[in-house]
Amino acid sequence: MTTNIRYKSRIPIKSDETPEEKQYVGFATLPNQVHRKSVKKGFDFTLMVAGESGMGKSTLVNSLFLTDLYKDRKLLNAEERINQTVEIIKHTVDIEEKGVKLKLTIVDTPGFGDAVNNNECWKPITDYIDQQFEQYFRDESGLNRKNIQDNRVHCCLYFIPPFGHGLRPVDVEFMKALHEKVNVVPLIAKADCLTPNEIKKLKDRVREEIERFGIKVYQFPECDSDEDEEFKQLDKELKECCPLAVIGSNTVVEARGQRVRGRLYPWGIVEVENQSHCDFVKLRNMLIRSHMHDLKDVTCDVHYENYRAQCIQDMTRYVKLTQDNRMESPIPILPLSTPDVETDRLIKMKDEEVNCYVIMGNITYTG
Amino acid sequence: MLASNLPWLLLHSRNRQSPFPGLGHSGSGSTLLGYIGIDTIIEQMRKKTMKAGFDFNIMIVGHSGLGKSTLVNTLFKSQVSRWSSGWGGEHKIPKTVEIKAVSHVIEEGGVKMKLTVIDTPGFGDQINNENCWDPISKYINEQYEKFLKEEVNIARKKRIPDTRVHCCLYFISPTGHSLRQLDIEFMKHLSRVVNIIPVIAKSDTMTPDEKNEFKHRVRKELETHGIEYYPQNEFDDDMEDKNENDKIREAMPFAVVGSDKEFQVNGKRVLGRKTAWGVVEVENPNHCEFALLRDFLIRSHLQDLKEVTHNIHYETYRARRLNDNGGLHPISANNTQESNL
Repeated sequence: MTTNIRYKSRIPIKSDETPEEKQYVGFATLPNQVHRKSVKKGFDFTLMVAGESGMGKSTLVNSLFLTDLYKDRKLLNAEERINQTVEIIKHTVDIEEKGVKLKLTIVDTPGFGDAVNNNECWKPITDYIDQQFEQYFRDESGLNRKNIQDNRVHCCLYFIPPFGHGLRPVDVEFMKALHEKVNVVPLIAKADCLTPNEIKKLKDRVREEIERFGIKVYQFPECDSDEDEEFKQLDKELKECCPLAVIGSNTVVEARGQRVRGRLYPWGIVEVENQSHCDFVKLRNMLIRSHMHDLKDVTCDVHYENYRAQCIQDMTRYVKLTQDNRMESPIPILPLSTPDVETDRLIKMKDEEVNCYVIMGNITYTG
Repeated sequence: MLASNLPWLLLHSRNRQSPFPGLGHSGSGSTLLGYIGIDTIIEQMRKKTMKAGFDFNIMIVGHSGLGKSTLVNTLFKSQVSRWSSGWGGEHKIPKTVEIKAVSHVIEEGGVKMKLTVIDTPGFGDQINNENCWDPISKYINEQYEKFLKEEVNIARKKRIPDTRVHCCLYFISPTGHSLRQLDIEFMKHLSRVVNIIPVIAKSDTMTPDEKNEFKHRVRKELETHGIEYYPQNEFDDDMEDKNENDKIREAMPFAVVGSDKEFQVNGKRVLGRKTAWGVVEVENPNHCEFALLRDFLIRSHLQDLKEVTHNIHYETYRARRLNDNGGLHPISANNTQESNL
């Protein structure tokens, strides 16, 4: 008598299959299999916030992730800030929602743009980003790759003050220093000090300046033709709204009979999550609910690959210089004997990829 | 900036055990007021992986006549192996072991899979079968090398084409006695390099009792020789996996029957083999374990097979390569190795 061995398979097996199901091989469950592992492991995301003090960065982060990362923060006064250099401070928090774990790292850059002379104040920031790339490159090239920690910065929110008439020189220089290292998402901060018309004008101005100065901010990928209309519409709206004008708040107020996050003014209540008041909801949806994975992908596939290509190219040059065939390199890699022109072209190719996403489709082979 | 007023936002702030210990960490997990939407990242990932498609490479090994091609066709419900018709054509036994890979794109439920079946005609068919696993071993390592070269390349592709063998189905002859010497030698040499899933072929020659005894004996022999077949004990991630995999390991090797012909049984059309004394139904769990093999291979562990190949077998190969040379020699981009694809 054959014992009926039953084991709990991860997908429930129907015991009486209809004729259609008999044709069913079963690999349609593949996506679930893939994600089961990811869910178990959890996800991580590193977000950098940059901009002058008092732009509402901390408040916005708290609003986005419904946490309080800055409980013990001490605000410095002007005197204390005179000799400050730009620091890099990391906050890490674990968030779990509906069984999905996210390890969120916020990289803060206090002191940016606060000094009298702000020359190259973005250098500590670019150095930090490069350091994370380098760390990852070393780990990836090493022998034990089981537990590589990914500390690369996936997205940088840059806060543009609403008080001026567009981008200031420091804004332009900062974004240009970073646009090829990280996904830059410019935001108009404290948007509640502007009227809708003023916001529109400012957005148009900023958009035009971004294009004029050749700043490559993060581009949303094109929608597939088979996406539903609602998604396409949302995507279109999102693209037209850039840069997003946001407001953050840590306080809950009573508005229209509900408790909402907002700011209470004598002339009215600004609601953070009201789409007609500001673009906070759009930012949150974009950052978390629709483009988080894409931000990570672009960081891995474009920014990191560019860094890596550049790194290898530098090493190859160094190897050639030292005239040594078997260099004791701390990183065991294959330096390719491609000419520098070729590598430059490759790097440029990667740059172009920032603007067009082509996911390699399946090629049918026969026999 | 105003100091934040937060007491009502944080309902409780519990000091939860961080799932990522050892990391500098200033905030503890707090209960959330409202919905952020992190779980949607799964849907985002899903969309991307669905678009990109999957690939799976399965190798079938066993001497000729064990029904390998038929079984693979039955598993994937398509003519995916080299011999797409039954007994037509000459099955000439080649002089040495050849490696023949055939790829097809099959689609189900919106999921596209590029399936590559790697056949190994000539295995075990010669008079002297010594080292007949060498071409197979060489092929497997060549695929690892190909992947490694691409990975180390300065301008590497976003999705490196994966030709590594994810799974090797090894067909055991249903002698009813024990494993043959060749079976043991092959599995000993290759179980550390690739995921081996042993199956008992043409199991309709054994009665249920004979089957059980044979399976038991085979398992004992594999254990004696230290052969770890997939799912390997040492790679179980956690208790849940271990429990599930233990049950599977106890049931292996699966005794299977393959067929691409349909017959009428009790008013239903079933895949099977018709004999004078009855119809062997392939998908009937009382007749053979084909359904178990299929569910195990495709419906629950397909992704895991790929992951073990990538995270363990490939990494072992890579570590060995890096250690052997103390760093890899500069290789020009044009130096590609010939493979038999």
